[in-house]
Amino acid sequence: MYAVEVHNLRKEFVRKKGRRRTRVAAIDGVSFTMERGECVAILGQNGSGKSTLVRLLSTLLLDDGGSAHVFGHDARRDTRAVRRLVNRVSVEASFFKKMSAAENLAYAARFYGMMPSQTRRSIPEILERVGFPAERRNDAMEHLSRGMQQKVALARALLTSPVLLLLDEPTTGLDPRSKLEVQEFVREIRALHDSTILLCTHDMNEAEALADRVGILDRGRLLFLEPVDDVKERYGVATLEAAFFTATGRTFEDEKSEEDEEREVYA
Amino acid sequence: MSAVQAPGVASQIRHELIGLSGVVERNVYLVKRYIWWDVAFMLWTIANTLTIVFIARGLDVSAAEQNELATKFLVGGVIWAFLGIIFEIVTETVAWERWEGTIEYTFMAPVSRPVHLFGMGLFAVLYGLVRAAILFVAVVAFIGIDVPNANYTAALATLALASISFIGIGMMTAVLPLISPEKGTQLGYIAQGLMLVVSGVYYEVTVLPEWMQWIAKISPATYALRAIRDQILNGAAISWDDIWPLLVIGAVSVPLGLFVFRTGERYAKQHGKLKRSG
Repeated sequence: MYAVEVHNLRKEFVRKKGRRRTRVAAIDGVSFTMERGECVAILGQNGSGKSTLVRLLSTLLLDDGGSAHVFGHDARRDTRAVRRLVNRVSVEASFFKKMSAAENLAYAARFYGMMPSQTRRSIPEILERVGFPAERRNDAMEHLSRGMQQKVALARALLTSPVLLLLDEPTTGLDPRSKLEVQEFVREIRALHDSTILLCTHDMNEAEALADRVGILDRGRLLFLEPVDDVKERYGVATLEAAFFTATGRTFEDEKSEEDEEREVYA
Repeated sequence: MSAVQAPGVASQIRHELIGLSGVVERNVYLVKRYIWWDVAFMLWTIANTLTIVFIARGLDVSAAEQNELATKFLVGGVIWAFLGIIFEIVTETVAWERWEGTIEYTFMAPVSRPVHLFGMGLFAVLYGLVRAAILFVAVVAFIGIDVPNANYTAALATLALASISFIGIGMMTAVLPLISPEKGTQLGYIAQGLMLVVSGVYYEVTVLPEWMQWIAKISPATYALRAIRDQILNGAAISWDDIWPLLVIGAVSVPLGLFVFRTGERYAKQHGKLKRSG
């Protein structure tokens, strides 16, 4: 059984312009599989469909075609089983900002069936593991730096021992030191836990450093998903950036078309 | 493989109850963090209720009649405030979490939506009862209403029973911020206002046009107001005549509320409306 099995997955959003309604495909016939314990990175520009893919796998969106399975459970129909197995860290460290790190984690943990007697022990432990200072545990989230908030977001995801961890640009906006700390922690999770990791990012170095296989999602289409060396060999290039250029005819920094800008709003 | 094993029924129920306690616990944290704002809101509610109750004091009637009218106004004001809290908190199920950006984490958690909503409803009732009691005591102390026969136990029980229906209706309005992130919450307040207008909040239902009196029959607030006024003024016990409509409306409104919320959630997931910027 695959940890993740996505087949011909499609998600469209309706765009209104005056009286006209058009459908924009955020995910356009994506298929791939992930083995248990594997780390896969999906690269793509803003609006390429990375976050939509993560939302479809975490049951936050309903697909418009195809299928997505997590450990054999259909993400559309068997949402409860999927939710037990999945957790997510997104680019925005979303928390109740007046509540402390410990209170936010306790709230999240209850939804995963953890009693106060368990979280009294596990929350300080997990915060220590992500390098969060103990003396700031009871500070309101609004008083923490972006890097510290992201550490709490990682702690929230790990607290529930997810079998599938979805990382949606977890280091975007972090300073270089915080970025390295988060990446080191992702490595540690892989080494110590039985977690499968789907990392969506637009940081090519991060993808290369952390993932077993790398894919490029471009305008909703998955161009390939292979080990980094195979990608370089396939396109006869030295870097993932060059592979992106060869595969799409554009660079990562290229100006976006109007359609790309619109896709960015939804995907 | 442990990852694909389904938990047993007992384990699932335990899991749901822990989830429900988590919703209540989170709201307690938030009340603690916003306590001074809540105190200010409480003062505003007291002042607002006093403006209504003082109308009775200005009427050219006997002292006994003034006392009765002031009590009727006070009960109306307390129910209005209580209903306001229920609607506000249940509507915040979506609105507040959208504002904080936590909604996707909550909606992808393995807790059923009914339990999530009942958790919000349970906290709303507990918090609303405390506020209603403070409001009642403060206004009585301020204006000197004399209610020696009041049956407070029956009044609290009636309010708690009516809350089931209020939560069901609140669930229907809670979905509005999913459909319209900008204006959905305000529409919830409109529902609260409309319900109280037809329910005789500061007057008898009989003064309403006939068509409004028909609508009053399906409003739980009508029965709650009638019963609680009788219990506070005359010391009446809980009456079956008021209880059975509340039970029937509750039995209809809660499943209907869950259905409406589920439909709204499905719409939001189909159109990408859960996302904060959506």
